[in-house]
Amino acid sequence: MDVEARTSAGSLRGARLRLSAAFWRRPWLKLLALLLPPVAAFGLVYVTSLGALLASAFWSSDAFTAKVIHSWSLTQFRAIFSLSDPTYLRIAIRTVLIAAAVTVTDAVLAFPIAYYMARLATRRMRSLLFVLILLPLWSSYLVRIYSWTTILSKTGPLNWLLNGLGLPDTHLAYTNWAMWIVFSYVWLPFMILPIYTAIERVPGNFFEASADLGARGPRTFRSVLLPLVFPAIVAGSIFTFSLTLGDYITPLLVGGPGSLLIGNIVYENSSTNLAFAAAFAVVPIGVMGVYLAIARRLGAFEAV
Amino acid sequence: METRATRAGLKVWTWLIVAFLWIPLVVIGLYAFNGSQIQSWPISHLTFHWFSMAWHDSQVRDALWLSVKVGLLATGVALALGTMAAFAVHRFRFFGRESVSLLFLLPIALPGIITGMALSSAFSFAGVQLTMWTIVIGHSTFCVVVVYNNVIARLRRTSPSLIEASMDLGADGWQTFRYVTWPLISTALVAGGLLAFALSFDEVIVTTFTAGGTTLPIFILNNLRQGQQLPIVNVIACVVILLTVVPVWVSQRLTSDGDGATAVRAAAAAAQSSQSA
Repeated sequence: MDVEARTSAGSLRGARLRLSAAFWRRPWLKLLALLLPPVAAFGLVYVTSLGALLASAFWSSDAFTAKVIHSWSLTQFRAIFSLSDPTYLRIAIRTVLIAAAVTVTDAVLAFPIAYYMARLATRRMRSLLFVLILLPLWSSYLVRIYSWTTILSKTGPLNWLLNGLGLPDTHLAYTNWAMWIVFSYVWLPFMILPIYTAIERVPGNFFEASADLGARGPRTFRSVLLPLVFPAIVAGSIFTFSLTLGDYITPLLVGGPGSLLIGNIVYENSSTNLAFAAAFAVVPIGVMGVYLAIARRLGAFEAV
Repeated sequence: METRATRAGLKVWTWLIVAFLWIPLVVIGLYAFNGSQIQSWPISHLTFHWFSMAWHDSQVRDALWLSVKVGLLATGVALALGTMAAFAVHRFRFFGRESVSLLFLLPIALPGIITGMALSSAFSFAGVQLTMWTIVIGHSTFCVVVVYNNVIARLRRTSPSLIEASMDLGADGWQTFRYVTWPLISTALVAGGLLAFALSFDEVIVTTFTAGGTTLPIFILNNLRQGQQLPIVNVIACVVILLTVVPVWVSQRLTSDGDGATAVRAAAAAAQSSQSA
């Protein structure tokens, strides 16, 4: 009994050793065992459906039955970029403009705080600021948007504050201005973090050298700091720009009648006219492709 | 290079931005205790009434339970697939190695609406009914990368000679994993898992396309759009903030070594991940 137990334990150990040895001798087997499940699962579920979606952008759909016709055409894109009915073109332009406005706003808001964190704050203060900036980023995105609808509403805290200061009411709720504020708010941390990292990397003696050469603050900022940090601003703008391009929740909750963005049209058409929705979804991907190509030339990828 | 006035200005600006980031969260927190059913400011008196209303609401309970289940399952899938991929990419050199990282990055690099639409049309094409499992599949796509990033960052910081030493001392593959590799990566796994759970718990866009059921964020969205049950929505919003912030905070503590650079790296991972939310 005892002997039997020992040999079975021994053979288990032996089997394990043989297995380890087999894997050791054939590393490709181990690689296959590790890599196949995730890549196969991903490829099968995600990449296939993504490919199918992009392909369907080049299909047309029957106007009456909304059934997708499987023949290659540019019908959908012609409808989007039609100049005789510029509804969709206008929406695409509005989306890009809002994304650009949000990006510029965030860069302006983020630079001073990033500078303060990187060069002026004490170590303790810096970690505190990190937590204070990161936690809102992680708290529910939906809730943060919703909160602005209550803040901007007619009887909300903003108007209460303005009235308290003796100023008249604002009517920002459900306008493009509200969308601009909310987008800038939601994506701001994405801009602060890369700029902070870039400023922190600038060696302190660069500032001293600039001062020794007679430059004051504004000149040092313009000629030393900004050129070094610019790639990071572009890196941050990748986030703020692309996230705004694809969003449809913010226009839905805080936007008004004239606030539809690409995402809303895609969402509305996704169940009834998939080919059109897919084609319109290709537009932000194309815009981002161009944007990323420019960002790469500006050195943004080294700055992330 | 700064004058004293510039320094003071920068400090004021910094705290104004912090206030800008936090005021909306504080406002929602206060509205959750609002004594009146009408959402107007200032709040006249405070109450716990809406908390008990939300707790006893069966719709809210179902939504909460579904969100928790989906979060746990998606995190499980992400932990398994993400860890395997991280080991494969870290330990081996093979053709297409760089594309693997890119592949996992796709679901968060592309807008959530595209991932959602692709999955929903694939499900309908394959005749798959939308159930809880389709939400799990949808969430797993963007949760994998969080675990993957965390584990691979940890593996890069551990020395390969530890593994070799273990093998030299006669340990087999399992023992090496159990006694050497596992203790090294376990906190990275916990951190990645917590982030994945927080992501899944909060996700709306992909969920609207793949949902066979109402998760908590979907419940919030539906009620917001119809302007219904706003006091209860405030309470849920409050709870959702806590349930996503606490895991993230814990995960930060697990991965950071008191160094700013680590915080930045974690932040970058967070930044990438939140994109799908």
